[in-house]
Amino acid sequence: MLNEHAKLLAFFKQTGEIVGRKKLQKMIYIAKKINLPFHEKYQFHMFGPYSEELTLRMEEMSQLEFISEVKEKKAGYQQYRYELAGKGEEFLGMTGYEFPEVTGVLQEMNGQSAKFLELVSTVLYFEELSKEDVTSKVFKLKAKQNYTEEDIDEAYAYIARLRESMNEGEV
Amino acid sequence: MTINSTDQKTEEGVTPAMERQDGKLEEEKVFKDPVHRYIHVRDELIWELIGTKEFQRLRRIRQLGTTFLTFHGAEHTRFNHSLGVYEVMRRMVENLEKKGAWDEEERLVCLASALLHDVGHGPFSHSFEKVFHMDHEKWTREIILGDTEINKVLRQMSPDVPVKVADVIAKTYDNKLLVSLISSQIDADRMDYLLRDAFYTGVSYGQFDMERILRVMRPEEDQAVFKHSGMHAVEDYIMSRYQMYWQVYFHPVTRSAEVILSKILHRARELLAENYPFKITPIHFKSMFNGEVTLKDYLKLDESIILYYFQAWEEEDDPILSDLCQRFMNRRLFKYVECNPSKQMLIWPELQQLFKKIGLNPDYYLVIDSSSDLPYDFYRPGEKDERLPIHLLMPDGRLRELSRESDVVEAISGKKRTDHKLYFPEDFLSDQTVFAEEKQKILSLLTNQEG
Repeated sequence: MLNEHAKLLAFFKQTGEIVGRKKLQKMIYIAKKINLPFHEKYQFHMFGPYSEELTLRMEEMSQLEFISEVKEKKAGYQQYRYELAGKGEEFLGMTGYEFPEVTGVLQEMNGQSAKFLELVSTVLYFEELSKEDVTSKVFKLKAKQNYTEEDIDEAYAYIARLRESMNEGEV
Repeated sequence: MTINSTDQKTEEGVTPAMERQDGKLEEEKVFKDPVHRYIHVRDELIWELIGTKEFQRLRRIRQLGTTFLTFHGAEHTRFNHSLGVYEVMRRMVENLEKKGAWDEEERLVCLASALLHDVGHGPFSHSFEKVFHMDHEKWTREIILGDTEINKVLRQMSPDVPVKVADVIAKTYDNKLLVSLISSQIDADRMDYLLRDAFYTGVSYGQFDMERILRVMRPEEDQAVFKHSGMHAVEDYIMSRYQMYWQVYFHPVTRSAEVILSKILHRARELLAENYPFKITPIHFKSMFNGEVTLKDYLKLDESIILYYFQAWEEEDDPILSDLCQRFMNRRLFKYVECNPSKQMLIWPELQQLFKKIGLNPDYYLVIDSSSDLPYDFYRPGEKDERLPIHLLMPDGRLRELSRESDVVEAISGKKRTDHKLYFPEDFLSDQTVFAEEKQKILSLLTNQEG
């Protein structure tokens, strides 16, 4: 019953609170790319991979009170904070859904900035291209974010570390 | 000389190099169209792309999948829609050219991208993508870049044109304005499908003044924006999107047909994995079921093939596959109740047990469908850096997000847009010649939760 929703609840159980929709979008995309069992459909948008399906699923879970959504005003825009709610935890327990234990990986990811995760997810989106081509894509498509070559190296190193952790089960 | 794509095929099925230096046809071609009246083709490139077999395949794929089972007029195809998106884009470019010069190759890349944006769609692609975790956008890219007639036609223009077109469609092209014309919150794709779907379903809502929207469109670096004076036309477009979602795209009967279609695919995959002896070997499905679909296999799929198998499977010995196919082909769909998953979870184990007891596999006959399972979205302004919203160009030159200026848009942006429905075979449950007590109990549980 509602397996895709249950996966997200299990994800939040391991990450703890996530601040910002952009960060959430990128975290699920990265999780999907490191073979965690998410199936939300993503497309490339102005700010990197984005899933409308995920946005709507989050809206559903917040309306069901499975996830608590707190809206706060930041300078000139709204920011959303998300956390697993009691009802969601109860639902997760009843579905019996088992998500891989990757708390360490996910919490480290949650500790990164949304801007860095945007870069990581963009690199992953183009991962079939050479590093040189990816760098050129990032500079062209993300000109306003002012990423440097060092940032891109860091993104590659982070992806390698993530995959190593997943392969070794060091989570 | 008039160009006839059929007469011009070579032995390899490829059209020869463009005839005129300027790439224009000697005479403009027009397609009659019920939505835009006429679709005008002046460029040889566009005419040749329409003639390719990969594009012609779209004639055999309905635009709205199973919606024809709810709105009988909804028989229009991806071919109709693709031509429509091309025409909207042609008019957009014509208007934008008045504001500033366009590079000729960029103009053709833009028109070709509009025409080809859906070329990777398969039959009933929403269900197929869900069940097999496929992505039609990946197929679009492969068709444009692979060994296809489309690729050959594009390469005649210049060797890098296929990559440019594929990048525009994937939204990873450098020129963001161009990308936004095909894919954004207000783009050629949505404008055509809203008007076209409203026309073919026969619903009276869904109309908006596209000509006015095109006239107030202004190019900016990253996207097209709309003059504040044209806000009411944009409001009408947002209202059309809102109405069409609830009345057509989220229609519960269409969702019932989608549920059954998905379950047929699940069942066939399960049976194939178990080496079930199908009376007719489903060769068209084999590579898909084992996750090794080639471009050649994919291009062979269309709705006629799928419906052929569904008709054949009505005669299969497997009772689940046979029943589901009969339901789909003869429109004996599942009924539904509104469902609140947080309440549903309390009775879910009992319902599952009761279904098993009466001999119905709950994996196939008790299905929750959520709004997030559907491939359509509403307009929402969203958070900063989440997704680019619609911007109005104010008289003083500032840009303002639409819902901050429009009360109408603000009002519908904040509305609840989610729902969950529980689908089940009411006909089986109403026939109480056997398991009467259990069936009554199931119906009572289902009805009570609807409250």
